[in-house]
Amino acid sequence: MDAFQKRKLINAIILVFSTLAALFGIMWLFWILGTLLYKGFSTLSLDVFLGDPPAPGDSSGGLKHAIVGQTLIVLLATVIGIPIGILAGTYLSEYGKNSRLANFVRDMSDVMMSIPSIVVGTFIYAVLVKPVGHFMGLAGSLSLAVMMIPIVLRTTDDMLRMVPPELREAGYALGATKFKVIKDIVYRAAITGIVTGVILSVARIGGETAPLLFTSFNNNFFTTNIFQPMASLTVTMYDYAMSPYKYWQDLAWAAAIILTFGVLGANILGRVIAHYKFKR
Amino acid sequence: MAYVINPDEPAKIKVENLNFYYGSKQALKNISFNVPEKKITALIGPSGCGKTTLLRCFNRMHDLYPGNKYEGRILLDGENILEKDYDLIRLRSRVGMVFQKPTAFPMSIFDNVAYGLRLKGIKNKGELQDRVEKALKDAALWEEVKDRLNDPASGLSGGQQQRLCIARAIAVEPEVLLFDEPTSALDPISTAKIEELVVSFRDKLTIIIVTHNMQQAARVSDYTAFMYMGELIEFNRTDEIFVKPKEKLTEDYITGRFG
Repeated sequence: MDAFQKRKLINAIILVFSTLAALFGIMWLFWILGTLLYKGFSTLSLDVFLGDPPAPGDSSGGLKHAIVGQTLIVLLATVIGIPIGILAGTYLSEYGKNSRLANFVRDMSDVMMSIPSIVVGTFIYAVLVKPVGHFMGLAGSLSLAVMMIPIVLRTTDDMLRMVPPELREAGYALGATKFKVIKDIVYRAAITGIVTGVILSVARIGGETAPLLFTSFNNNFFTTNIFQPMASLTVTMYDYAMSPYKYWQDLAWAAAIILTFGVLGANILGRVIAHYKFKR
Repeated sequence: MAYVINPDEPAKIKVENLNFYYGSKQALKNISFNVPEKKITALIGPSGCGKTTLLRCFNRMHDLYPGNKYEGRILLDGENILEKDYDLIRLRSRVGMVFQKPTAFPMSIFDNVAYGLRLKGIKNKGELQDRVEKALKDAALWEEVKDRLNDPASGLSGGQQQRLCIARAIAVEPEVLLFDEPTSALDPISTAKIEELVVSFRDKLTIIIVTHNMQQAARVSDYTAFMYMGELIEFNRTDEIFVKPKEKLTEDYITGRFG
């Protein structure tokens, strides 16, 4: 075998291994989705979406409380987290730029993104739940918002900094104030990127369990009162999966499907918007 | 020594002993000359000579970035625009600018042209419509866009976008219009259209145009300033400077010996 053939052989071997490794990586996603559908699909029915939680031993009932609770908690977290994240990102890109404070905030928010989520939950428990004396939906929203802010802040910062400086200068050259330039020109130019970041951050925090265990906890009764303990899909799934009752376990699989496909859907939506934006 | 004439026309802008610094680096050195009113003045010179830096002094674009410093005076109709508390918003509505790359805003064609008008507080729909139409006609773009004024400006070609930027700049009826190498990103046909436009503004607006292209300066301008290493070397009538340059450096540059 001459040197040329040897190189071709090595090339072929590396190609096969790296392809296999890539397929092995994404295989898990399809395995997880397949298992979810296999275990939970037969349980899915209108009752699962609209029914009250089953009593022990029941074989009917559903996840209405958890679905409504989950939606409320995530919605409220979004309402709190997004404006703060976007404003902070705007500060970094448009005002702070490369100042020491701005770079410090960037570094710290990168650190915040890697804080274990259970630590965030414990923190909210200590500063809010314990002093008030009971679990509540609001506390769950707050801990999710705390996780969301650094993500939205960083994507907003990145997206705004991608807007070419000439576009801002052209605004100033017409006699616009800084606020007008940001509002009318910079935000418009970056809007799809920011929306994508927001959706991806919702997808990212939508499936978190740990921050909710210590904060919104769970509730057997239907509530939309954010000052009361509130059911969520993630915590309900944990409880039901740990229970000895067959139907509860089936409901946990159903909850897993709803949650996974909800988060997956948000993710795909975010990517579709990003794709549409960067193709143009 | 520099050779600088005083034009016969009244001066719209008087530059007096202008020095400019990016931080500690001096980019303009003791520049003095008069920009004639309602004429076209070209700034030429090799890359890094300070021509764009000088242009951006006239609407104080340098103020957007920290650490920049002016010395000397620039008088616009006798008022020193380099005063610390000079109203930049008013200045920029009197002195418009067209950039090197087309800078169409991410909004409709109509809204692009109307943007400066709205900033000035014009809200009346009819008036906006009239002035947008007039600006687009003056920028020779009306025929191409009149049926799609509400489409996003990003759908226009580069040359059309540049004419849109010109329409946007003239819509607010500035007295002075600055061009920063407006054709360097365009094809020859679009370039010819922009040049025609610039020439059509002669006798209506005071125009200062930075260009890399000496033929362009010779074709469009009435006066030419040649700059080198941050200094003004020669300022003269364009027909004089290209035929009988007074300075050795100017001659070397326009005959292509460097730059």
